[in-house]
Amino acid sequence: MQVPAPFAYERATSVEHAIALLGELGPEARVVAGGHSLIPMMKLRLARPDALVDINGLGAELAQIRVDGDELVIGSLARHADLLGSAVAGEHFPIFHDAEKVIADPVVRNFGTVGGSLCQADPAEDLAAVFAALDGVATVRGPAGVRQVRVRELHVGPYETVLAPDELMLELRVAIRPGGGSAYEKVERRVGDYPVAAAGAVIWLDGDTVRDVGIGLTAVGAAHFAAPEAEAALRGQPATEESFRAAAQLAAEHCNPSADQRGPVDYKRHLAAELTTRALRRAAARARGQEA
Amino acid sequence: MEVTINLNGTPETHEVEPRLLLVHFIREKAGLRGTHWGCDTSNCGTCVVWLDGKPVKSCTVLAAMADGRSVRTVEGLEQGGQLDPVQEGFMECHGLQCGFCTPGMLMTARALLDDNPDPTETEIREAISGQLCRCTGYENIVRSVRWAAEKEQGGPVTESETPAEVTA
Ligand SMILES: Cc1cc2nc3c(=O)[nH]c(=O)nc-3n(C[C@H](O)[C@H](O)[C@H](O)COP(=O)(O)OP(=O)(O)OC[C@H]3O[C@@H](n4cnc5c(N)ncnc54)[C@H](O)[C@@H]3O)c2cc1C
Ligand code: FES
Ligand code: FES
Repeated sequence: MQVPAPFAYERATSVEHAIALLGELGPEARVVAGGHSLIPMMKLRLARPDALVDINGLGAELAQIRVDGDELVIGSLARHADLLGSAVAGEHFPIFHDAEKVIADPVVRNFGTVGGSLCQADPAEDLAAVFAALDGVATVRGPAGVRQVRVRELHVGPYETVLAPDELMLELRVAIRPGGGSAYEKVERRVGDYPVAAAGAVIWLDGDTVRDVGIGLTAVGAAHFAAPEAEAALRGQPATEESFRAAAQLAAEHCNPSADQRGPVDYKRHLAAELTTRALRRAAARARGQEA
Repeated sequence: MEVTINLNGTPETHEVEPRLLLVHFIREKAGLRGTHWGCDTSNCGTCVVWLDGKPVKSCTVLAAMADGRSVRTVEGLEQGGQLDPVQEGFMECHGLQCGFCTPGMLMTARALLDDNPDPTETEIREAISGQLCRCTGYENIVRSVRWAAEKEQGGPVTESETPAEVTA
């Protein structure tokens, strides 16, 4: 029987209360949201927090998905299933629905959260690549107040973020700009597994020219889950198969996959190029209104 | 700490350690052994119960996180001595052999049909994709869920005409 080591448990009744509890309980306390990454790690003693601060009661404050001005706002406590079921998220960014259909399985998606995914900072987390492609910004709150952190600056290494132990992620914001399309492509060994490799793309077109583009990659050791070299090379280019392939090649060259039970390095690098091409192709088709 | 969970409509209060997993609260504290516990790694889904109406893997939720909430287990499917149509379907279409995966499959199937009363085979396979069955090859599980859907829709019932009876 796998059971976590003992810890103290507190239930937060508000965002302020959660932050105060994290301060009181000290740096070895952790937030628990869905617990679907943290509890398995605690069973294996890969994580051993002294105390958990349960934020599941803060749904009214933290689980909304809505449009605010020209931004899509996703609460950190939104479940994967909420994001998959959100018409407004899918309308503006189909990449969310592409990704959520293949993140874990339907039962895990009922409880795992968007904020927990990003804060977990697993090197193979799908949503890290999605938000990197979209250049999303996290709103984070600690005792000193609120600050904004670009998702591209959130992760400092495997299982490590820039959040202080007493900071809480409140929500994620993504700018809505006209003329865009987005898509996500993943290869997994079996249903419900983390990716062998995956790529997300968002593209804005001026006629047949790439006005702007964002590319996210996961499970292949891309710094900050992004591909800035490929993005720079593609901006201002014609939105054609040739330019997509050239950019995807650059993305694959700049990532740094490691061999593991999911596959060898050259296979993952091949996937990085191929999946980036497919994501760009589908994102462009959507920007042109040719594909739902 | 003291945890009270509304379990199949009845409040269950127990003094527990915060590290107690929901599956063990259900099995050991409340004594309901219908919910199984298998892989312990959030993969097999035999531990699936409903938490506030949604299927979750109870080996990956703390009992403390369910304090003050409602949990429905396989024991809560039968109503007033009448088996739920998904239970009847599993009997009719041989949706189980060893029965180890069955409690989780039944809870997910019931949630699917509440949400989508007439699911396609693909939708059923997708709904149970986070759950493992080592016996049936899934084929009979899919047929069982379709059988329940058809019964609830008042449509043709594919196996025998008298669903509730078990033939010895
Ligand atoms: C069987 C299975 C399959 C999976 N497959 C995939 C997959 O294919 N792709 C994928 O990307 N993921 C996958 N996952 C991971 C899943 O997406 C994550 O478990 C989940 O989304 C993490 O969210 P959580 O709410 O469960 O986080 P928790 O486990 O509660 O927390 C994770 C970490 O984030 C911190 N945290 C949580 N919320 C906050 C917050 N608001 N502010 C600050 N810190 C916070 C916690 O302290 C902890 O360190 C899988 C998980 C399982 C169990
Ligand atoms: S015991 Fe919970 S998923 Fe296997
Ligand atoms: S019936 Fe044996 S595991 Fe499913």
